Amino acid sequence: MESSTKLKLENTIMENQNFRPLDLKKKVRLGESLIQNLLFIAGFLSIFITVAIVYELGKEAWLFFGDPEVTFTNFFGTTEWSPGIGRFGIWPLVTSTLITSFIAICVSLPLGLAVALFLSEYASLKARSALKPILEILAGIPTVVYGYFALLFMTPLLQKIFGEGVEVYNMASAGIVMGIMILPLISSMSEDALSAVPRVLREGAYAMGATKFETSIQVVLPAALSGIGAALIIGISRAVGETMIVAVAAGSGPNFTFNPFQAAETMTGHIARISGGDLSYNSIDYNSLFAIALMLFLVTLILNLISQAVINRFRQRYE
Amino acid sequence: MNPNHDHFPEGDSFRQSLSGRYRTASIWRTLFLSALVIAIISLAALLYNVIDGAFGYVAYEYKNDPAEFTPKPLDDLNQPELLAILKANLSSGAYNKLNNEKPMEKRSKADLYTLTLERLIQIDTKQNWSLTESLLRGAEIRAEVAEKYPKAKLEFRSWITPVFLTTPMSSKAEFAGVRTAILGSLWMVGIAILFALPIGTGAAIYLQEYADKNFINRVIQTNINNLAGVPSIVYGMLGLAIFVRVLEPLTSGSLFGVTDSNGRTIFSAGLTMGVLVLPLIIINAQEAIKAVPDSLRQAAYGVGATKWQTVWYHVLPNAIAGILTGSILALSRALGETAPLIVVGASTFISLDPDGPFSKFTALPIQIYQWTTRAQSEFHAIAASAIIVLLVLLLTLNAAAILLRNRYQRKY
Repeated sequence: MESSTKLKLENTIMENQNFRPLDLKKKVRLGESLIQNLLFIAGFLSIFITVAIVYELGKEAWLFFGDPEVTFTNFFGTTEWSPGIGRFGIWPLVTSTLITSFIAICVSLPLGLAVALFLSEYASLKARSALKPILEILAGIPTVVYGYFALLFMTPLLQKIFGEGVEVYNMASAGIVMGIMILPLISSMSEDALSAVPRVLREGAYAMGATKFETSIQVVLPAALSGIGAALIIGISRAVGETMIVAVAAGSGPNFTFNPFQAAETMTGHIARISGGDLSYNSIDYNSLFAIALMLFLVTLILNLISQAVINRFRQRYE
Repeated sequence: MNPNHDHFPEGDSFRQSLSGRYRTASIWRTLFLSALVIAIISLAALLYNVIDGAFGYVAYEYKNDPAEFTPKPLDDLNQPELLAILKANLSSGAYNKLNNEKPMEKRSKADLYTLTLERLIQIDTKQNWSLTESLLRGAEIRAEVAEKYPKAKLEFRSWITPVFLTTPMSSKAEFAGVRTAILGSLWMVGIAILFALPIGTGAAIYLQEYADKNFINRVIQTNINNLAGVPSIVYGMLGLAIFVRVLEPLTSGSLFGVTDSNGRTIFSAGLTMGVLVLPLIIINAQEAIKAVPDSLRQAAYGVGATKWQTVWYHVLPNAIAGILTGSILALSRALGETAPLIVVGASTFISLDPDGPFSKFTALPIQIYQWTTRAQSEFHAIAASAIIVLLVLLLTLNAAAILLRNRYQRKY
């Protein structure tokens, strides 16, 4: 039907000598497609960056794990890390990373969630617009400044509270300050999740006679739980990858301990300290840093992917 | 409708439980509010801590008595007299080195005065106190100093001064400044933005205007979101492996005839930072482009514009304010990042201004890190001063971003 109309039209045009045949096909414009290809390359560069990260970290990590001295039992079975003299137990770096991150989450999750609940459920529009910039300032402060704060404010404070057992460099102060740093992230992501809960759910709860608190905790919070979970995961990922606070305040030297008041170097802190010195390429120390960085990259990548998947599922449910 | 009375309690028991429920509600409300208060207190404590460190009493001694060099009081000397003292007492090697950096005759009186103090008389800081201590325990501090260091002078000092901003690094905290660090930071951020802004905007245009919803474009989008969450130190490792090592001929400048450096240059650092902020710039630019209404595009197509003409003449001019705002925010992120710079190899002691992309460098956050981790408390004082400089810079950038957004953002 359509093609026959087109044919008829073309025939009429052909028959009439005064009309030039109209070319309705899309023209191939060289400049346009060149630009499109350039833009595609710009977009594709991000894939290239990821590939480069995996390739470069993987290559050096491969050299590290290929070293005959680095065995599986050595790596996961011993608790001393000092590649220069043949000690390859990764645990001291991992435990301190886990402890500082755990402390950070213990601080930032309850506080961040409470702040989010207050801002989204209780605060008036005016109060919210006045309070949110404060959190944004907190989020915009460079992490090295938090490191200064941890070492010269939080540590003396902890020493005053808990006495002499608190070392000058310790995981607790780094963890707490890291929690303060992550707080705005968790609160803003949680607040987004809470605000996305449809108003009808709240109105329904009020109609049943629920108080504001009951509505918030028993209706809104469960409805926003997946978004809050995503915020928590991003928070963990941020804590695991955070470098400067732990490099300044948590201690410089791997130490296998579970006492948060002792000094212990984290994975990121270790990379920062070792690479900051004079490091010769192709040494086992150099390669080991890439192995640690690869572990960091993979852990944070998996956490970020999970969080994104959770958010995407959550969005589908309400929009 | 048959109301079920079991589920709607009435009477005294209901009222009693109701007041209990209200009490719980108000307790929790206070708890939620107190979390916010804790956040605000943390911010206040942090700022207080920094300001507290940057001012205060300091007790210092002269290592060498000024009377050894001049009979007149030091403050009364004029420029030629100071010059003569320096020339007479400095070793000729040291004098020539200073002369090469900047001719001594042309230096100002204040400059020479500082040099005399730094090189000849040599200040020895005994102890310094924070602002709070200085204000609350002034008398005690004076008594303590008189007893412990009888020869020492005590003065109230602001560690952050115009001189602090304009002098280069020094191994003595009293004479150290952040000039080389600020210049290094600016060079680095400049290179980062020159690299990331065009590519980031291009990628955002591609993803918003050109990309079909196929597999590869979905992968690109997911990948960009993930790159934004990669720890900054991993970018540092990438920079070390690629820019510092593999591309050394390019980043050290040996391709361009620069011979006195290795790959650990401003150029490497700038590119690393550019890669780090690229995902942020793309995401922000995408949001800005998304905000341009479709009707504008349709109108352009309607009058026969090609896709690129539509993008170039209609979409971009309307999105540019948003894109620039996002870029400024990315820039302030780059300014505060420390970890990648440590890995890429910022030097900590640089007393010469960076003179191009291929020079060794230091940056403001690197200096803060370096000074914070020193044991002597006078270095903590200059770390606090450097933090104030950094925070003021960041505040200015953010204010500029907000102004730009409010001024040029069009509402549809």
